[in-house]
Amino acid sequence: MQIAGNSIIKIAPGFRLQWEEAQNCHVILYPEGMVKLNAAAGEILKRCDGTKTVDDVIADLTKVFPDVDLTNDVYQLLEAAHDNGWIKHRTT
Amino acid sequence: MTMAGSNTEPPKPLWLLAELTYSCPLQCPYCSNPVDIAKYKQELTTDEWIRVFREARAMGAAQLGLSGGEPLVRQDLEILIAEARKLGFYTNLITSGVGMDEDRIKAFKKAGLDHIQVSFQASDEELNNFIAGTDAFEHKLEMARLVKKYDYPMVLCFVLHRQNQEQVAQILDLAAALEADYVELAATQYYGWAMLNRDALMPTREQVKKAEAVAHEYQKKMQGKMKIYYVVPDYYENRPKACMNGWGSVFLTISPDGTAVPCHAASTLPGLTFPNVKDHSIEYIWNDSEDFNKFRGYGWMKEPCKTCPEREKDFGGCRCQAYMLTGDARNADPVCSKSPHHGELLDKLTQLEAAAEKNEKPLVFRNMPNSRKLLKGVSLN
Ligand code: SF4
Ligand code: SF4
Repeated sequence: MQIAGNSIIKIAPGFRLQWEEAQNCHVILYPEGMVKLNAAAGEILKRCDGTKTVDDVIADLTKVFPDVDLTNDVYQLLEAAHDNGWIKHRTT
Repeated sequence: MTMAGSNTEPPKPLWLLAELTYSCPLQCPYCSNPVDIAKYKQELTTDEWIRVFREARAMGAAQLGLSGGEPLVRQDLEILIAEARKLGFYTNLITSGVGMDEDRIKAFKKAGLDHIQVSFQASDEELNNFIAGTDAFEHKLEMARLVKKYDYPMVLCFVLHRQNQEQVAQILDLAAALEADYVELAATQYYGWAMLNRDALMPTREQVKKAEAVAHEYQKKMQGKMKIYYVVPDYYENRPKACMNGWGSVFLTISPDGTAVPCHAASTLPGLTFPNVKDHSIEYIWNDSEDFNKFRGYGWMKEPCKTCPEREKDFGGCRCQAYMLTGDARNADPVCSKSPHHGELLDKLTQLEAAAEKNEKPLVFRNMPNSRKLLKGVSLN
């Protein structure tokens, strides 16, 4: 199943997204491991709360960063996150 | 002189390993706990542990391993999990499963536990229970099923040695049947009890090669379903492991009595000061104590490590192994083929392999009576 505009994304069970003060970035935590996220990935994934569609996430980001088109970045990141098992998606 | 010199800040302790207790209903002869476990009587209290969690978290620790011994022996485990989770730790319970039941698994979930790692001793009941020194196999299966039922990510851990090294296929079939998310096929680490039993536990080169092939085959077969970690026992390598990712660089271990060590085997090293969390803050212990600075960076190194282009990759290997096998913790880990002691290690392995057939040394089981005997200087094998 492809990630599409109407997919709803959430962080997969067993994984946790959180802000780490000491690292000054968002991280994904999982059994015995941690991945540091860059600022863009953090902004995207923190909006994937299991209620918003991908379109909602993009719209929301556009409000905060009106000068850049983030659509491609969002899809790329979500595909990669999905391949890593960090997120789950379902269709509305 | 040191690369990680005085003007760079010390690294952050990302991993806090809390050895809550050395009590354990199991008696694994491969246990890497120190052989003097009977000496550790004064366990930290609930409040002391919570203080340790708070201070380590403030310094940037994100992963918390709750281990032991058997952490389930601590009746305050639910409280400790809840506090740790509130602080923002990713909480990993590292357990044999003995002492767990459905009520406790439920309570842990409520407290916010993130992940449970269950260890097995073998893929069949007979060998499992022999190695564990107790009839635990059926119960472990039951607990593994409950871990899944309550939707935890499940890691199954099998410590490999000569007795179960040939079971890798059966082990992975069992793990798949239990729907493990991750399987760790961990080579025995020869510290503590495992070192005492090294002659009986060291697998042969042949066994290691076969196990590796099987593990790789399953890694392909199970891709996307179950992640399999297989690490070659380092005695059979030409380069050492990057032990603990460097001394005092990522890992902070607190023993049951509050002693802080850079790795769980470090208490065997001579000349350490053993700072205790009862006397010092985590910040002092990590940043300033002698122990945690002792092998930080590269300034402590001797040749061949000192001028080796690979030193940033493996940090000269394991200090404890260097000490145990060469008598000097500042030497290169003799697993390294550049070490002048590497030849001795190879000879030792050849000897062990030759003796493997005869298998005459009895296993010493890890328990308090044996620990007390060893403390008195009684030789058990
Ligand atoms: S390795 Fe075995 S004996 Fe040692 S703490 Fe773990 S379960 Fe207990
Ligand atoms: S000589 Fe020392 S630093 Fe170089 S590879 Fe061997 S153990 Fe590592």
